[in-house]
Amino acid sequence: MPLIELKGIERVFHLGDSTVHALAGLDLAIEPGEYVAVMGPSGSGKSTLLNLLGLLDRPNAGTYHLEERDVTTLTPNEQARVRSERIGFVFQSFHLVPRLTAAENIALPMILSGLPASERKSRVEQALANFGLENRAGHRPDQLSGGQRQRVAIARATIMQPAMLLADEPTGNLDRHTGEEVMALLESLNQNGVTLIVVTHDQVLGARARRQLAMEDGHLKHDSSLPPSPFPLPGQ
Amino acid sequence: MKFVDTLHFARHAATGYPLRTALSILAMAIGVASVVVLTALGDGARRYVVDQFSSLGSNLVIVLPGRSGTGGFNPANAITSTPRDLTIGDAAAIQRGSAVRRTTPVTVGTSEISFGGRLREVMIAGTTAEYVLIRNFDIAQGRFLPDDDWNRGAPIAVIGAKVREELFGATPAVGQLVRLGDRRVRVIGVLKASGSGMGMNTDELVLVPVALAQAIFNTNTLFRILVEARNRESIPAAKAQALDIVKQRHNGEEDVTVITQDAILATFDRLLGALTLAVGGIAAISLAVAGILVMNVMLVAVAQRTGEIGLLKALGAPAHTIRNAFLCEAAMLSATGAIIGYFLGVLGAALIRYAYPVFPAYPPSWAVVAGLGTALATGLLFGVMPARRAASLDPVEALMKH
Ligand SMILES: Nc1ncnc2c1ncn2[C@@H]1O[C@H](COP(=O)(O)OP(=O)(O)OP(=O)(O)O)[C@@H](O)[C@H]1O
Ligand SMILES: [Mg+2]
Repeated sequence: MPLIELKGIERVFHLGDSTVHALAGLDLAIEPGEYVAVMGPSGSGKSTLLNLLGLLDRPNAGTYHLEERDVTTLTPNEQARVRSERIGFVFQSFHLVPRLTAAENIALPMILSGLPASERKSRVEQALANFGLENRAGHRPDQLSGGQRQRVAIARATIMQPAMLLADEPTGNLDRHTGEEVMALLESLNQNGVTLIVVTHDQVLGARARRQLAMEDGHLKHDSSLPPSPFPLPGQ
Repeated sequence: MKFVDTLHFARHAATGYPLRTALSILAMAIGVASVVVLTALGDGARRYVVDQFSSLGSNLVIVLPGRSGTGGFNPANAITSTPRDLTIGDAAAIQRGSAVRRTTPVTVGTSEISFGGRLREVMIAGTTAEYVLIRNFDIAQGRFLPDDDWNRGAPIAVIGAKVREELFGATPAVGQLVRLGDRRVRVIGVLKASGSGMGMNTDELVLVPVALAQAIFNTNTLFRILVEARNRESIPAAKAQALDIVKQRHNGEEDVTVITQDAILATFDRLLGALTLAVGGIAAISLAVAGILVMNVMLVAVAQRTGEIGLLKALGAPAHTIRNAFLCEAAMLSATGAIIGYFLGVLGAALIRYAYPVFPAYPPSWAVVAGLGTALATGLLFGVMPARRAASLDPVEALMKH
């Protein structure tokens, strides 16, 4: 039973007179607990795919089943609920709220979903401890290093115990060493059962995943979990 | 999202941008403060006038010569060309009315008064001993006009405080002979200084027996007759009786006008009440302006925090949660501004009362309620648009702006 099942996904953008097929004829299945790296040149549709998986965007055609439920037909409020309960996002630019402390940023998803304050407090304390941020609880984002910021963002993404983590170039704003630490952190979360989908430009980091997806012009050019295509595309 | 958390989040957001928050709070505060101060001024004027009228004397009914136009067509008026004059006899006759406690005739004119080479123009009121009782005057020195036969014009006078000062300076006035027109009269009393008074300033007045005044002005008519009713309830009866008695004496012609102080008061009350309302309305326009400012500030906030809104959506906030958070922030700005403005306004009114102690500049409670209500309503109303804009942002595009 796949966690994610995409069939015939199309995503078309209209820019003036020209149309861009950001995703075209995409079929994809991801099992629970997988670790998937999405790679490909700039503009190949990686972010578009991730936004779609995260229910931030809707396809123009095709179906998306999440945990065997067709989520493309859900109302915006129902989709918001799915995001809140099943999906965690990690962004390249961290996206922390600048006026809130590390602890408050981590608590944000629980506040939005209406969890009681006592529950929030204990979960935030646990998360701060798990991510080595005990001494940074009261610091605002501008008082944190890049690696610490991304750790806060990952703590926030996992605080609701989602089924999957979607990370769009999570190491893009970090130096090599810090980036590897962050990847190791995400991988340890994956080992504990969270499905991890990471978009990356970095071949080395991408190679660490158990499954690699290569995108090109909105198509899935290569999927390491499938046997090599009998009709390889030119240049492969 | 829980309501307390929404409040908390909105407060955090507002204090996160102190300058724009302070500006919109200030605008709202100025709006509410101006409503409070301006209505305090308007209502103060109303109270001032009402107080001044009340100090004219209580339960007062005034008889004026001539028919006022409000009585409709009267065949008697159509026949007679000129109304009869009011006379001392009329005044004495009204005294017989059962609802009448006391009455006094008044005749008024100007003349010269001189003493020891000093000379000035004064207003002379010819009246009787009852006048001082009806008008609640206080005597500073000497005594008032004696209770005498109204038709006997004894050569005596009671003078106002300012007249005394100008004519006599430091020397005692009571007992002195002064020249009034072509008469020589003896000063028997001096009125206490009153400072102000509607209609006539008693400080510059000279009071003489009514018959003497009529002789000086060479007339036998009266300016008016003041009637004091027995009590507040008998004012209408006193009014009817006065009219009735004069009508009988004037061969059945209703050629006088009887007004009550209550009626004048009510007119002024209405007039100045309307003025206060108008002034308050004008001040409320500044509240609308403040509302528009709050809207712009919130639109800027939405633009500034687009990335944050995208994040909230990614974290699973439904549209209404985001809308409520921004609406709450707008309401907070307006409410804080309104409360600060209220206290500023109350302080302003207190300063006015401090600077002009005679002026009762208290903001009327309806204006305070309306001002605060309008502030909150405009803040919310103008907050709706930015909040909806925030809620309807596309999450992917919003996340790209950081
Ligand atoms: N909102 C949009 N409007 C118009 N075109 C868009 C929009 N978003 C994406 N595109 C187009 O869709 C295509 C795929 O974009 P996408 O952001 O998914 O690429 P990407 O693989 O993430 O690239 P990068 O590695 O640079 O992040 C691009 O050609 C892009 O120009
Ligand atoms: Mg991208």
